Amino acid sequence: MNTNFLARLGNTGMYVLTDLGRMAFFVSKALRGVFRRPFRMGEFLRQIHFIGVGSLTVIFFTALSTGMVLGLQGYYSLNKFGADGMLGSAVSLTLILELGPVLTALMVAGRAGSAMCAELGIMRISEQIDALDCMAIDPFRYFITPKFLATIIAIPLLTSIFDVVGIAGGYIAGVKLMGVSPGSYMQGMTSSVTNHDIMIGAVKSVVFAVLVVWICCGRGYFVQEIRGAGFGAESVSRVTTQAVVLSSISVLVFDYLLTAVLL
Amino acid sequence: MVNAAIEFKDVRKSFTKKDGSVQHILDGVDFIVPPGKTTVIAGGSGQGKSVTLKLVLRLMDADSGRIFIHGEDVTRVRGKKLETLRTQFGVLFQGSALFDSLTVFENIALPLRERTSKSEEEIFEQVHASLAQFELTGHDAKYPAQLSGGMRKRVGLARAMQLQPSIMLFDEPTTGLDPVMTQEIYHLFASTQAEFGFTSVIVSHDIPKIFNLADQVIILDKGRMDVFESPEEIQWSEKEHIQDFVKTTMGEIYQSQLVEK
Repeated sequence: MNTNFLARLGNTGMYVLTDLGRMAFFVSKALRGVFRRPFRMGEFLRQIHFIGVGSLTVIFFTALSTGMVLGLQGYYSLNKFGADGMLGSAVSLTLILELGPVLTALMVAGRAGSAMCAELGIMRISEQIDALDCMAIDPFRYFITPKFLATIIAIPLLTSIFDVVGIAGGYIAGVKLMGVSPGSYMQGMTSSVTNHDIMIGAVKSVVFAVLVVWICCGRGYFVQEIRGAGFGAESVSRVTTQAVVLSSISVLVFDYLLTAVLL
Repeated sequence: MVNAAIEFKDVRKSFTKKDGSVQHILDGVDFIVPPGKTTVIAGGSGQGKSVTLKLVLRLMDADSGRIFIHGEDVTRVRGKKLETLRTQFGVLFQGSALFDSLTVFENIALPLRERTSKSEEEIFEQVHASLAQFELTGHDAKYPAQLSGGMRKRVGLARAMQLQPSIMLFDEPTTGLDPVMTQEIYHLFASTQAEFGFTSVIVSHDIPKIFNLADQVIILDKGRMDVFESPEEIQWSEKEHIQDFVKTTMGEIYQSQLVEK
């Protein structure tokens, strides 16, 4: 029984190591694809449109809702201490440092990350990726690197839109609905938010973008290698779910690590 | 060695199952695919037919042994050499492996756009000539989802032929096709091979029909390979597992056909 347990443990350990190796290979090939020519600008712009423009609606409503809730709850808490003039500071710092990068990455993982994973998974099981290899066309240069670059550019841009819309939402809730002075809201924001805060938010959004696109594309690309995923369409659906869960958890874990290091 | 289009020397390939046990798919196999001829690889499910094709294409690595293409040892080639090697092959996949987001024209033009320096005008002319050859004229703007199974195969074949490969690999080329369409695809194979003179390797379950095309038959069973100079030779094999294969896979109809020949 102990031997069986040790064998299973060793087997799992080997699988995890192999999987990490696969994913490291994947990211290195995807990044090397940036330097391979010809660069597919059309595919890159199509992905920017899909990941960036296509996510605007969900980002807008998530940001507006988050900002308004922050405005109301912030007012409720600060008003108890007569500090409702600090509402602008509280809302903007919370959004720029934490919620903007995190929620944007989670939304993109759910909307575009799942789609990228499923697309690559289907291409893998229908042998389209093998077909590219057989035609001596590098699948990374052809369609994975454009997804990588597009995500790394789109998520920080979406994050900045999230921040602006969220701060506007906080303004609507705090100033227009709860009666906080507009001057103090704006003053609190401009006096407390520094370039360093904006830089932290930007670094986080870039790191989260890499995590989301790496995990989602990597899982889809290796759909046939994932243990317990099954076969065919079922494997794609399971691996897509796994990719969204894994990328979301990774974003949250790295959010803490980056906050601890950068703050 | 130079006379072989493809040569396997003592090639071994095994996979580790989920429970940790090892399954030997190819257990030291040797064979030669002669140039300009048609070789059919047959065998039961999970016997390593598709693995053999993937090893030829270097989509996976052999555990040991050596693989030669036109006399060159390609067992461990990487990078640019591997790309050059792959341009010698055309592959028709089981499900055709067409790109769903590309039209028929774009699918066929893909290798020309990515692997040659031809102008768009030259590509247009070549692709339309292929469309006519494979009876696909008028379907160039359609997407793969709008095509029948037989048409998808023809598009896949047209795409595979664009770089004029010296070796064509067919992985279960008639799976999912009705008998009429199957016959049509076989005629297409025969006519394109006669025109271009490429070497064919066909992995198929479609026995005995596929044997009519074969110059050589390889039967895979439990990691071993048996090579026959002609389909008729299979019938007279005294090996027990070959006799079992003839009985279970080819059936009495084929046996009677062979006797008639």
